[in-house]
Amino acid sequence: MLANLAQLFRYRGLIQSLVVRELKARYRGSVLGFLWSFINPLLLLGVYWFIFTTILPNRTEGLQPYALFMLCGILPWTWFAASLTEASNSLIAGGNLIKKVLFPAEVLPIVSVLANMIHFLLPLPLVVALLVLFQRAPELPGLLWLPMVVLVQFVFTAGLALVLAALTVHFRDIRDILTNVLMLWFFSTPIIYFYKQPEITGSKLLIDLNPVAHLMISYQEILFLRGGFGHWKWLLALGVASIGVFLASYWLFDRLRDSYAEVV
Amino acid sequence: MTPAIELVNVSKAYRRYTGRQFATLKSALLQRSILRDLQPSEVFPALRDVSFTVPKGSTYGVIGRNGSGKSTALKVVAGITKPTSGTVRVDGRISALIELGAGFHPEISGRENVFINGIMLGLTRREIEQRFDEIVEFAELQEFIDAPVKTYSSGMYMRLGFAVAIHVDPDVLLVDEVLAVGDEGFTHKCLDKFAEFRRRGKTILIVTHSLAVVERFCDQALWLDRGHPGATGDPRRVVDAYLTAVEKGEDQLLADTSEKAVAAESSRLQPTGAAAGDAASPQNMFQAVEGRWGSREVEITDVALIDPTGERSFVFHSGEPMSVRLRVRAPSPTDDFVFGVSLFNADGVCCYGTNTYLENLEPEQLTGEAEVGFSIENLDLVEGTYKLDVAVHKRDGYPYDYHRLLYTFRVKSRTHDVGIYRPRHRWTFSPGVRFKSADQQSGSDKKTHDRS
Repeated sequence: MLANLAQLFRYRGLIQSLVVRELKARYRGSVLGFLWSFINPLLLLGVYWFIFTTILPNRTEGLQPYALFMLCGILPWTWFAASLTEASNSLIAGGNLIKKVLFPAEVLPIVSVLANMIHFLLPLPLVVALLVLFQRAPELPGLLWLPMVVLVQFVFTAGLALVLAALTVHFRDIRDILTNVLMLWFFSTPIIYFYKQPEITGSKLLIDLNPVAHLMISYQEILFLRGGFGHWKWLLALGVASIGVFLASYWLFDRLRDSYAEVV
Repeated sequence: MTPAIELVNVSKAYRRYTGRQFATLKSALLQRSILRDLQPSEVFPALRDVSFTVPKGSTYGVIGRNGSGKSTALKVVAGITKPTSGTVRVDGRISALIELGAGFHPEISGRENVFINGIMLGLTRREIEQRFDEIVEFAELQEFIDAPVKTYSSGMYMRLGFAVAIHVDPDVLLVDEVLAVGDEGFTHKCLDKFAEFRRRGKTILIVTHSLAVVERFCDQALWLDRGHPGATGDPRRVVDAYLTAVEKGEDQLLADTSEKAVAAESSRLQPTGAAAGDAASPQNMFQAVEGRWGSREVEITDVALIDPTGERSFVFHSGEPMSVRLRVRAPSPTDDFVFGVSLFNADGVCCYGTNTYLENLEPEQLTGEAEVGFSIENLDLVEGTYKLDVAVHKRDGYPYDYHRLLYTFRVKSRTHDVGIYRPRHRWTFSPGVRFKSADQQSGSDKKTHDRS
């Protein structure tokens, strides 16, 4: 297994070109091309702005403009959710490669996670610019933590992606289940609401046990909120746990490896 | 010297997961059978105890029927699947021409796909840059290399895939039935490329249905028969062993179809025997419609095709003897009867037809059980599938028993001449025209039967 992990490093060139291909292919044929990576978040912001100032105004103290607060959580969530959805289908979609070419299968789910990570990172400067514009400029010491949050999220997502990819080959039902699980997960994670909001009556334990909640809270504290990054202990704990998740997932993926070429 | 490829007692069993169609994750979880469901419920052996060695620099052919494990063998060598048991050793860089252009992304350009495909096949970016022009030129896609691959024709797609794979510059090249990727010109280019590989001392393992390629290119061959090694060694011998086995199989198949056709016709047309008057109107000889009709006052009870060894057979070699044996039964004696036989090819064209009346045999008497033989000394037909008509009728054409196109047989030939009839022939040349002697010629011509 460790030898395979090392091999994964050898394939970085391949991973890199596949990620680039993925990004190129995504906007090929559209007029605005890569600009969509920036336009999409802006449009999203517009939608939330409309809903949460006109239809369902949220005037929580310290969370204004509310739409911008939500965007800080929705972008990383989109990375997480889209990665898992794509990764779960990646081995089946890449069946041709697995069956016909000597190809390390784990590259495929990891490429899904990385491509979506780029999609998350590209509009990030734009978000920071918007924050500055609305006088919510992030504080510098907290901002230095941002790469760490991204790294933890990457390791955690990659781990889940590997397991989902491996199991979906055998149980295609997972693809359908996943959509709904992600929906539930989205609403139980403090993204469109703040975890300290008094209206939240749900158990605190539910949030504490939710790994993605800690990631989202980290993003919100670093980018939007004032008062420093107080959630770092949780983040580091999650980082250690994520490495464990990744290794366990990789082990499972590796064990089922020989079955992919036959079942896909 | 270590061999380039060595397989020792390699077996590969594919697992079949029966009933898995209905097994969902939920039910698997509920019944705690998730691990059990991931276990194979049935095993299909694709390769059984296969061993062979390919020395460095040689070309090795693998032949066999569909589903005989050829491609599995190739995948095992390529490392795409692992053998269930046994060991595989390959020395040197492998490139597998198994699925050309596997992994091409339709939306992006040919240029970008060449790079990604090359990296997948183990090249570095720089190596691809160095070979890029050569690859594009080989694929004959200079004008289209910057167009998205989805706009390519299937030929262009395959050519590009082939060009990339062949320019990986492997020590061991695995080829799976890809010679048919392009037009005639491109196929020649591929064969030239293989020849160049051979000259440079590279090893080639080729899986193909083209026996001519095996005989012409390979130093050694292996015939896989349902996962078993059927024969190994000299390509000519291996091809012969394979062809013999194929004939046996075809023979069985034709025997089964003929049996079924006769059975079906006999049961269907029994009642119309009485109304034979209708059927008496002579049918157009050249309109090939299967069937059986007639009054059955004289009945053909059995039709057998007999090969030179005296056995029933359905596969014959061009130029060799064949005989047709009819068993007939005439419950009441008759003095008006004609036996007829004709041969049709697969297009329904009558190749030959005759009967005893045309050959001036005056009937005198037929009673009870009898046997009629029709011996062809030399079956001078070209290769193909043929059908046989047999009939017994009155001199005026009133049918006793007509069996139209009910019997199928195959004529095999090592010469791929065309047409219907092969006249006995011989070529003569004046001294100015010289051909190489048989030993110097390629194998496919060498073993053809003497046609003089």
